[in-house]
Amino acid sequence: MNALRRFGRFWWDFVIGDDWRVAAGVVIALAVSGALAEAGVPAWWILPVAVAGVLYLSLRRETRSGG
Amino acid sequence: MSAAFLVASAFLACAVEMVEALTIVLAVGLTRDWRSTLSGVGVAVVALAAIVAALGPALTVIPIDDLRLVVGGLLLIFGLQWLRKAILRASGHKALHDEDEAFAREIEEARAAGSERRAGLDWYAFTIAFKGVLLEGLEVAFIVLTFGSAQGSIPLAVAGAAAAVVVVVVVGAVARAPLSRVPENSMKFAVGVMLTTFGIFWGAEGAGADWPGGDAALPVVLLFVVLLSFGLVSTLRRRRLALA
Repeated sequence: MNALRRFGRFWWDFVIGDDWRVAAGVVIALAVSGALAEAGVPAWWILPVAVAGVLYLSLRRETRSGG
Repeated sequence: MSAAFLVASAFLACAVEMVEALTIVLAVGLTRDWRSTLSGVGVAVVALAAIVAALGPALTVIPIDDLRLVVGGLLLIFGLQWLRKAILRASGHKALHDEDEAFAREIEEARAAGSERRAGLDWYAFTIAFKGVLLEGLEVAFIVLTFGSAQGSIPLAVAGAAAAVVVVVVVGAVARAPLSRVPENSMKFAVGVMLTTFGIFWGAEGAGADWPGGDAALPVVLLFVVLLSFGLVSTLRRRRLALA
C-alpha cells in the first residue's frame, strides 16, 4: 500500500505539481470549449482566457502566501 | 513552422534537464566511482528508451482529435507548472536554479554517504546516477511523446532531444564541471512558454474548436503566452519591490 501510495504521489507531483487548481481550471476550460464547439459557438478563445486567469490566480496565491 | 517549434521545444527541454542530470552524474562520478556511476546512467537511458519505444507506437493508434485533447490538456497542465515556476524565479519570488550550488551539495552528500558494494558496484553511485538521469529524463520522455504524437512525428521530437543529449554530454565531458554558464533559467522559461502554447493550441483543437486561420494561429498563441508571461513577471516584480 505504501509503495502504491508513493507511486501515485510521484505521478501526481509529476503531472499536477504544486497547485491542483491549475489542473482543475484546465480540465474545466477544456470541457467548456468542447461544449461550446459542440453547440456551434466559436470556442478557440476559452483556453487562452482560462490560462491567463488560472496562472494569475495561482501566482497571486503563491506570492501572497509567501511560498 | 510547427516542425521547427517541435524540434526546438524538444531540444530546449532536453538540454535543460540534461544539464541538471549532468551535475548529478559529475558530482557522483568525480567523488565516488565512474564505473558504477556510468552503469547507473546506462541503465536509466535504456529504461527511458524502453518507455518511449513502448508508448510511442501505442499513442499513434489513438485518433488524432482524441489524442490532441488528452495531450493538449496534459501539456497545458505540465507546461503551466514550468511557466509558473519560471515566472516566480524571474520575478524574484523563488530562488534561481544554480548548478554550482547543486553540484556542491551533491558532492557533499556523495562524500558523506557510506560505502556499500552490490554486484561489484558502488551502490550509492549507481543509484544516485540512475535516479538522477531517470527522473530528469522522464520529463523529456513525456515531452517527446506528447509533442511527437500530437504533431504526428515522434522521430522528429526524438531527434531534437537526442541532439541536446549529444551537445550536453560533449560539453560536459570536455568541461568536467557543471554547466553553470548555460542560461538554464531562461531556457526553462522558454520551455514553459512553448509547452503552454502547444497545450492551448492542441487542447482547443482536440475539444473541437477551430482556430481562426488554422495553423497560422500558432505564432499568435505563442505571442499571447509570451506577453502574458512577461506581464505577470513585471506585475509580480513590482509587487515584491513595493512590499520590500
